[in-house]
Amino acid sequence: MASHTANSTESDTRTVVFRIWRGDVNGGQFVVYPVEVTQGMVVLDCVHKIQAEQAQDLACRWNCKAGKCGSCSAEINGKPSLMCMTRMDMMPVGEEIMVEPMQAFPIIRDLVTDVSWNFEVKKKIKPFKPRKPDNADGSWTVYQADVERAQEFRKCIECFLCQDVCHVLRDHHKHDEFIGPRSMVFTAALEMNPLDTEDRLADLKNRDGIGYCNITKCCTKVCPEHIAITDNAIIPLKERVVDEFYDPITRLFRMFRPKS
Amino acid sequence: MSALDKYIVTEHDVLIIGAGGAGLRAAVESSAHGVRTAVICKSLLGKAHTVMAEGGMAAAMGNVDDRDSWEVHFADTMRGGGYLNNPVMAEHHAREAPSRVRELESWGAVFDRTKDGKILQRNFGGHRYPRLAHVGDRTGLEMLRTLQDHGIHQGLDIYMEMTVAALLTSGGRVVGAYGYDRERGRMRVWRAGAVVLATGGIGKAFRITSNSWEYTGDGQALAYEVGAELQDMEFVQFHPTGMVWPPSVRGILVTEGVRGEGGVLRNSEGRRFMFDDIPELYRNQVAKDEDEGWRYVTGDKHAQRPPELLTRDHIARCINREIKAGRGSPHGGVFLDIGWIKERMPNASEHIKKKLPSMYHQFKELAGVDITAEAMEVGPTTHYVMGGIRVDGNTQMCNIPGLFAAGEVAAGLHGSNRLGGNSLSDLLVFGQRAGEHAAKFAKSNPAADVDVAQLERETARALEPFDRPNGENPYSIQHDLQNVMQDLVGIVRTQSEMEQALDRIGGLNARSEKTGVVGHREFNPGWHTAIDLRNLLTVAEAVTRAALDRKESRGAQFRDDFPTKSDECSTFNTVISKGGDGAMKLERRPISKMRPELTAIIEKNK
Repeated sequence: MASHTANSTESDTRTVVFRIWRGDVNGGQFVVYPVEVTQGMVVLDCVHKIQAEQAQDLACRWNCKAGKCGSCSAEINGKPSLMCMTRMDMMPVGEEIMVEPMQAFPIIRDLVTDVSWNFEVKKKIKPFKPRKPDNADGSWTVYQADVERAQEFRKCIECFLCQDVCHVLRDHHKHDEFIGPRSMVFTAALEMNPLDTEDRLADLKNRDGIGYCNITKCCTKVCPEHIAITDNAIIPLKERVVDEFYDPITRLFRMFRPKS
Repeated sequence: MSALDKYIVTEHDVLIIGAGGAGLRAAVESSAHGVRTAVICKSLLGKAHTVMAEGGMAAAMGNVDDRDSWEVHFADTMRGGGYLNNPVMAEHHAREAPSRVRELESWGAVFDRTKDGKILQRNFGGHRYPRLAHVGDRTGLEMLRTLQDHGIHQGLDIYMEMTVAALLTSGGRVVGAYGYDRERGRMRVWRAGAVVLATGGIGKAFRITSNSWEYTGDGQALAYEVGAELQDMEFVQFHPTGMVWPPSVRGILVTEGVRGEGGVLRNSEGRRFMFDDIPELYRNQVAKDEDEGWRYVTGDKHAQRPPELLTRDHIARCINREIKAGRGSPHGGVFLDIGWIKERMPNASEHIKKKLPSMYHQFKELAGVDITAEAMEVGPTTHYVMGGIRVDGNTQMCNIPGLFAAGEVAAGLHGSNRLGGNSLSDLLVFGQRAGEHAAKFAKSNPAADVDVAQLERETARALEPFDRPNGENPYSIQHDLQNVMQDLVGIVRTQSEMEQALDRIGGLNARSEKTGVVGHREFNPGWHTAIDLRNLLTVAEAVTRAALDRKESRGAQFRDDFPTKSDECSTFNTVISKGGDGAMKLERRPISKMRPELTAIIEKNK
């Protein structure tokens, strides 16, 4: 995707105009900051430069600056993105760059939103419950092919960009009825862990609102870890829920099977 | 109305400061002992610097090579540390790491597997056998997420985005902590029977670093202020491979796993320069040619390691030498090539993407480099501090009763140089120990009254910068300090440069008393930087004083004016504390005595 910069040394500096949303729960507005941009810079570098030189108290979250911690989530020109992974040389030349906080969560200040809802939702999902160890030393015998599905979901860095873009949360504010793509990925990682013995299907159907997802795949598009959220996590969970609760043959079997 | 009314006060048995691997492991342990446990996170839960750890956690499980044992791991750790390590800690670490890793699996971690269904282990620098349990190159994330997801069901009180500005002491022991929340800037008091510091490192004292903004030496400085001793602060690890281009990513880590999977280092002439300089301690453990090196990384038990898998201190210096001699890459690094393995194996490109997915991703997206086809440009980056709070090797308690430390903030395990992979296992082993002993301590030492006068002093000090809106910009002081440390106390050190550094740090200290911040207390990063700066300046001075006193080159410390090891210096650890006059006091403390059985293990594995 990226243009090739590895072999050029010239420092072609240009001035880019940023429009950054500043404000809090009482309201706010976009503030303009011109920034001198040099080669290889990402949006987060520009925000830091603004902090250091023009607006000391500009609030933003960040930690690793390498796409590994998922702290610096924001909306850049309207697209939910990690600021640390958005390169300035990929942005259209000559145009202003707009940076605003995620819209699906309550604002705290400037680019910082209150994401605590995500942590509360996670706490409600039934935790990992492994089967008894296979071996005397407390270990299990599991093969690589068995763990690969869960490993894809465990790449999640909890940036919550998928939650931000999901129209069920962003536009319809169904935070009380739908746990969102991130929590679906979390549930899928548990359900598809070969050691896990817990059953979360009834919760998915009744409490977690899996039916709300209508597979528009916006979450997949913004995932910085390139997790196939819809195809690999949500759709298989939907299928399991359908098999468990709506398949007539399974229902028949269940009538004769004592509940464990 | 009580004098505490203006603070939000909470009470706990064990208070853990820091929510990375060590802090969360300590929290899980402490709560398992049935005491009320709280964790303070400087960022959101799950964002701590542990997520950046890539390569794996070292544990002698012998899943890939059954010749491995805790004895060999112990000997490797001591050799890597130049024998300044605390042998008690090195023994606990080597013995307990395998159980800590298996326990992680029982809490939901999903490791890469061997063909026969066990946890897979990979080669890493300084480890004799493949020893690092891992998940691709995102092992730290797996570990942190596992602890986080397990911990939230243990009844912990979790305080996110709060920073501790002082430890509270009373009657000679620690009784809690004082700080603020980022969101509203409210002042808080956590009363506790025992406190565990798990705040990580000091990388932000340097310009080029793999560390995040949180790494400002908080734990070391907080402990120092209440009388704790700091040990081995001169030993700062410069990881040999950080990104060097483009400038905005300079310092970001390139995992040692690249070399573990067969990556080689070359200079601008295409020469594998690591073959040119093999240290005496490792002479019997290095491949004689490129072919043997490749056989080693692909699992030939009779082959010796390629020189790229020597210890980090040595490799960083060799890279530095090549760059200084004018044989560097276009942007001032050297070349790290993993793509070459296509000469040796089919499907190399897929293999690289599978084993090193985040490296592939990181270079592709940040530098526009496809690592399966092109060499990476890499150079040394400040990564880790071996030194820290001096603790008891069994309990992790320091000289202040009730104050414990675990992980990077503590000293002892790694001596003068840490082996890759020994950090994640350190967090688990000593997080567990600190949690257990803090819980025991808290059971017999309930939270005591805090000193209101101390709180008032701390509050006045924290809020001062708001009275000087035109004061010194905290960002520029931090920037200047990073330049001083990078340029004068970096990878190659000399007496005159470090004396200059001390002078400059003195000047920066004076400027830091006059910082000014604008705006209000709610989520104000300028204000937070002003408070963190005090800690950074303390640790920077400690590093410089310790480095000046150690007149030799050992492990991570290279002195241009004393380029070899000295026998005299092999007998002591450097210990720094706050003197009665408020000035930094330095002592040489004899290294810990070793049990004869341990000496025998080291001899046997030489």
